[in-house]
Amino acid sequence: MNIVNSMKLSFISKSANESFARSAVAAFLLPLDPTVAEIADVKTAVSEAVTNAIVHGYPDAFGTVYIEVNLTDSGKAVIKIRDKGVGIPDIEQAMEPLYTTSTDERAGLGFAVMQSFMDSVKVRSTVGKGTTVTLEKNIIRSPYGKK
Amino acid sequence: MVDMNYRDGVVTARLFGEIDHHIAPQIRGEIDARCESCRPARLVLDFGKVGFMDSSGIGLIMGRYRMISLIGGKLEVVNVPQNLKKIFVLSGLESLGVMK
Repeated sequence: MNIVNSMKLSFISKSANESFARSAVAAFLLPLDPTVAEIADVKTAVSEAVTNAIVHGYPDAFGTVYIEVNLTDSGKAVIKIRDKGVGIPDIEQAMEPLYTTSTDERAGLGFAVMQSFMDSVKVRSTVGKGTTVTLEKNIIRSPYGKK
Repeated sequence: MVDMNYRDGVVTARLFGEIDHHIAPQIRGEIDARCESCRPARLVLDFGKVGFMDSSGIGLIMGRYRMISLIGGKLEVVNVPQNLKKIFVLSGLESLGVMK
């Protein structure tokens, strides 16, 4: 599996950037000829992960959110969303549907949405160092995936 | 974001554009302010013009369900576009009986 294209972007953890982040990732995937449903799935999952980084990664001060997207020759998009924030003490608990530490009407469905909308979701986190969420999506019509 | 009107005891909130964690609190503020002044028997959330929504939209609906219940009213969610059905199904909101 070889990487055929990649991009990186970073931005300050302001909620106004959630829209920019999901739109930028979606635009980068367009050469893979994704379906409307695939793009909607990716945008939604990226929005959840970026919101988590902004709300939970950096709860008290602004920090930087990093996104890296790699497209493989098998037609897979691998999207990493990383923060250098507070980290998650208990990843298993954080991924439980309806679990939330927020008080601002978050539904606690962020990870459930990511898992349902993407083919793979992996979370690595170290308390005090930050969190990386890796999302994978196979784009079925991708020209890279064709022999 | 949201256009609202009040008629015959019903507040109708027509949402449009994208609903995420950045936008949801502004929509929430507008809807709650209108419901506090009008005390409607019914709050209708119309999703017909919403192009994108993440789980912040689900939080918005659950919060309005609680708010309108507290003032003795009912919530209805209408015109959910096909592209948002997946997140509505995942959320379990259908079991609240508010989807029309």
